[in-house]
Amino acid sequence: MERKGLELGVGLFLLVGFLCLGYLSFKLGDVKLWRTSDYDVLATFSNVAGLKNKAMVTMAGVTIGQVKDIQLSDGRALLTLNIHKGVLIEEDAIASIKTMGIIGDKYVSISPGASDEYLKAGGTIRDTQPPLDLENLVSRFVFGNAEKPQEP
Amino acid sequence: MSRLLQSLGAYTLTRLAYLGRMGLFLGYMIRGVLRPPGKYWPVVKQIHFIGTKSFFVIGFTAAFTGMVLGLQGYYTLAKFGSEGLLGSGVALSLIRELGPVLSALMVTGRAGSAMCAEIGIMRIDEQIDALECMAIDPYAYLITPKLLACLICLPLLTAFCDVVGIFGGYVIGVELLGVSPGAYLDGVYQSVVWEDVYMGIVKSLCFAVVMIWICTYKGYYAGLDEGNFGPEEVSRATTNAVVLSSVTILAGDYLVTSILL
Repeated sequence: MERKGLELGVGLFLLVGFLCLGYLSFKLGDVKLWRTSDYDVLATFSNVAGLKNKAMVTMAGVTIGQVKDIQLSDGRALLTLNIHKGVLIEEDAIASIKTMGIIGDKYVSISPGASDEYLKAGGTIRDTQPPLDLENLVSRFVFGNAEKPQEP
Repeated sequence: MSRLLQSLGAYTLTRLAYLGRMGLFLGYMIRGVLRPPGKYWPVVKQIHFIGTKSFFVIGFTAAFTGMVLGLQGYYTLAKFGSEGLLGSGVALSLIRELGPVLSALMVTGRAGSAMCAEIGIMRIDEQIDALECMAIDPYAYLITPKLLACLICLPLLTAFCDVVGIFGGYVIGVELLGVSPGAYLDGVYQSVVWEDVYMGIVKSLCFAVVMIWICTYKGYYAGLDEGNFGPEEVSRATTNAVVLSSVTILAGDYLVTSILL
């Protein structure tokens, strides 16, 4: 009888422990056991300073995926964006890197295009905008050549 | 002069032998996993002792830690007008640091001291010698079940501690101080990644080994150094075990963090 109660206690403990561990890893840690059919699209930027892996990808402020990989290719940054299935991105969509608030995290924002054709898995977003370079803006303001056109 | 050198050398040799004995003890403890009597029932009993009975203590500790993190974090973040970060602050500090460390310290205080005293009393009662006489490996019989049970329990207790702490912070931050519930929970979901959870698990596994190693070692060799097997040796061994393993856990925490980051 004592053995029975002890087993019950241990079982309960293990159950709650594994539930907590599962909550932490699946809900918070985004571990996926079943591969969802998300798809990847590529985008090259001239500068992605401050962007991290797993940063959000949003369209109209709604999260539609995350940055999967950041690589260097031909002196430009090649991003692999993991987009949720069911979200369609037009071929002429514009990807830009923005900052949440003044000191917030960088994220990739995609503004929809007007084309009728949609990107397939592995497709490339051609139109990209690098993040706003705050330091550059400030220095142009401070050193007084704000009127000069910005070099591309 | 030569006596000074002699005593210095003798001291060094004693300490070196002491270190070697600790290392051998760890080796025997791990070897015990493969040796008879490989029964599962002692492990279940130890899980009951280490895990189930520490459950409520850890729950309380975690709830109040989470609550105080919520309170402190709120007042610090409110200065910058970024209360929305409260969730990620509480969750990250709990999952990466406080969860593993606090649960290891609580388990050391609750179970490690008891284990050390238990084995120490077996030592001064010559029960361990009796086991050796009967050709039963005292490591496999006494210590390995504790090691296995602690390796199972501590990660689970840590996970429990994290979850309870995050909701403790939720209660204070959202219900009491008026942070928006969406901002808190979204901060938690956004900022925690699998690497953080993984780091917590690795830490708790390391702490489990360290704690069992030091606590049972101190008990196993209680009185052997002094050659005097009185009850005060057990009490001294228990105190040493708790102090040394707590300090080692905190120092090890720094090491593991610097390796994993």
